[in-house]
Amino acid sequence: MRLAERLREFFRQRYPLGSLADAAAHKTVPVHRHSFWYYWGGLTLFLIAIQIASGVLLLLYYRPSASEAFESVRFLMTKVEFGWLVRSVHAWAANLVIFCAFVHLASVFFLKAYRPPRELTWVTGALLLFLLMGFGFTGYLLPWNTLAFFATKVGTEIAGVVPVLGPIMQMFLRGGGDVGDVTLTRFFWLHIAILPIGLLGLLGLHLAMIQLQGMSKPLSVKDERAIPFFPNFLLRDLIGWVLMLGAVLAVSVYWPATLGQKADPFAVTPAGIAPEWYFLWMFQTLKLFPSHVLGLEGELVAVGLTGLAGGALVLVPWLDRPARAGRSFWLVRLIGVAGLLYIMGMTFYALWIGQHH
Amino acid sequence: MEAADSCVECHQSFESGAAAPTQAMTHDVHLQRGLSCADCHGGDPTAADQAAAMDVAKGFIGRPSRSDIPQFCARCHADPSYMRKYNPNLPTDQYAKYLTSQHGKRIAQGDHDVAVCTSCHEAHGIRSKQDPLSPVFPTNIPGTCATCHTDANIMERHGLPVTQHWEYAQSVHGQALLHRGDRGAPHCASCHGSHEAARPGVVAIGNVCAQCHSLTRDLFAKSAHKAAHETLGLPECEVCHGNHLIQKPTDDLLGTGPKALCITCHEPGSKGFVTAQRMRDAIERLKSEEVGATATVKRAAALGMDVSDAEFGLQEASAKLTKARTYVHSFSFSTMEPIVEDGVQHARQADARGQQAIAEFHFRRQGLWISLLIIGLLIIGLIVWIRDLERPRGPS
Repeated sequence: MRLAERLREFFRQRYPLGSLADAAAHKTVPVHRHSFWYYWGGLTLFLIAIQIASGVLLLLYYRPSASEAFESVRFLMTKVEFGWLVRSVHAWAANLVIFCAFVHLASVFFLKAYRPPRELTWVTGALLLFLLMGFGFTGYLLPWNTLAFFATKVGTEIAGVVPVLGPIMQMFLRGGGDVGDVTLTRFFWLHIAILPIGLLGLLGLHLAMIQLQGMSKPLSVKDERAIPFFPNFLLRDLIGWVLMLGAVLAVSVYWPATLGQKADPFAVTPAGIAPEWYFLWMFQTLKLFPSHVLGLEGELVAVGLTGLAGGALVLVPWLDRPARAGRSFWLVRLIGVAGLLYIMGMTFYALWIGQHH
Repeated sequence: MEAADSCVECHQSFESGAAAPTQAMTHDVHLQRGLSCADCHGGDPTAADQAAAMDVAKGFIGRPSRSDIPQFCARCHADPSYMRKYNPNLPTDQYAKYLTSQHGKRIAQGDHDVAVCTSCHEAHGIRSKQDPLSPVFPTNIPGTCATCHTDANIMERHGLPVTQHWEYAQSVHGQALLHRGDRGAPHCASCHGSHEAARPGVVAIGNVCAQCHSLTRDLFAKSAHKAAHETLGLPECEVCHGNHLIQKPTDDLLGTGPKALCITCHEPGSKGFVTAQRMRDAIERLKSEEVGATATVKRAAALGMDVSDAEFGLQEASAKLTKARTYVHSFSFSTMEPIVEDGVQHARQADARGQQAIAEFHFRRQGLWISLLIIGLLIIGLIVWIRDLERPRGPS
């Protein structure tokens, strides 16, 4: 008996993995004109793997305290062999993973892949996107440079706007009245312990559901063609991953991550403080929102609306009732397009403002 | 202003120049501390009648003559127990110093051209010297002195030039004080004194400059030039750097070139001539190393590489160059040489770090392209594999 078969037999006798293994072995992936969008989930997964690998390497040198964080990152960037590359890859892949997750979510939305029985796959996917944004928010502060410090100040101020829970949440995140050493410890703890636990749990569920239920086919596709998931689709996935690896390496070498100046809590907030690009649309909405709406604080209304939009996103499989009945409704698509245009428009507007002021 | 002060009430009503003191005194430091006209001029400010208010019997002094002004002010300002009541920090030796000054000596001889207290501080409306509008605020002092010292009529009578203020304004000190507002920069009183104003003279000029340039002065004092200057009766620093028109010194002043000052005393072939040449060569060598290293580090930085270590080395080299220029005043090559050598080593280290950063940059790019080549081959391999896998196969 070959070694692989003996190993398979060893596990088969001990664990009931048969159904999952059978599903994977017989899983097929539909082939049609929208098949391109099937690859974005895999790309997101690959980038998450890069983040875990590069993050673990960064942990070898990173020191999570206000007095040492900046110096440890500088040491890593300048003295450690390939330290610059590991940090640049981590910084670039952090942005790309959010981008790929956005594209994946948008494609799943427009192809209505959240239809029964895949509602929970959508829910876990939407929650994963929120988690990834949480990774971005907490990771941004860790180098303890001026830009990150003040962006975190602004970000945690926004969290404090939420009624009742806001001040508690803000105090919990900051670990005090203002952003400081304790905030850094907490963000580090969130970034490398709490968020990864949530991520791995949700990701495991998300992938298991996909393996068990297979890929959804859009309503408009009547084509019955399909290819086996293993190895045909996985090999195509692999091409995408290798291409992505090349892209991450190229941008990391040509535009390596910078470090800036060490954060000075007593300095005046510098001009042009902005969060990472994927928070820009929310940031810009807050800036443009009127100070008062119907007697309520404008900031509160804006944060409330953003929260509602997030909640609605999670509940899309139940809100889009026509899709549950196997029909496509124009209004759902219109809302999706409008939302996408709003996010893109506000992001580019904020970038434009940032460059011209 | 006290409501019952008949001096103020009455003088305010005049339309002539007699009203001027009351207009100026609104911001007067004496008035702010509760003093008024009668405290200096005597008389009775409570009397409504002019004759009673300005009654000599009540101590009315009136307007002092110009030559009496120093003594007039000194009645209070030279009295420590009186001054303690108002401003204990203010020295009370101004009058004594004034008597030793050129101004004080000349007024004692009946020369009414010279400055008295009111020439610099004004008569009424006297401001604290910390007040930026005061004529004796550091940035205003050159202009205040220039009031008389640019007056050709007065200066001609005393055989003095009128160019000092213009020269000072062009000098490195004047530029710092008047154009950049650097209140640490020296003004007229820094070198000449204020109340004790006098020429520093040949013997004292080194001490005057040493108030700020202490290391330079120490080096000079230990050098062979010290004795030579004393023997020849030459003012120390002024011989090379001038006085009011002091310019930022350049390296051209050192050595044996056409602009060099050394050759004015040291003849070709002499020991001093050779030392001057060697010192200049050493400075030029350090400058050249620093310029080369700076260019390398800038090139590395422009490539996006981290050059903080190299920049630190450049700063050290630059600091050594400044120190070496100061040590020129030891006029001893063996004293200056180690500093230059130290600077050269720092510059070379910075250059080496810059070169390393540039090499690292090229290594990264080459590494990337090799990686991309491998990735490209991997993709081709995968495509071939997929094609092979999905190739329609006939019945075997």
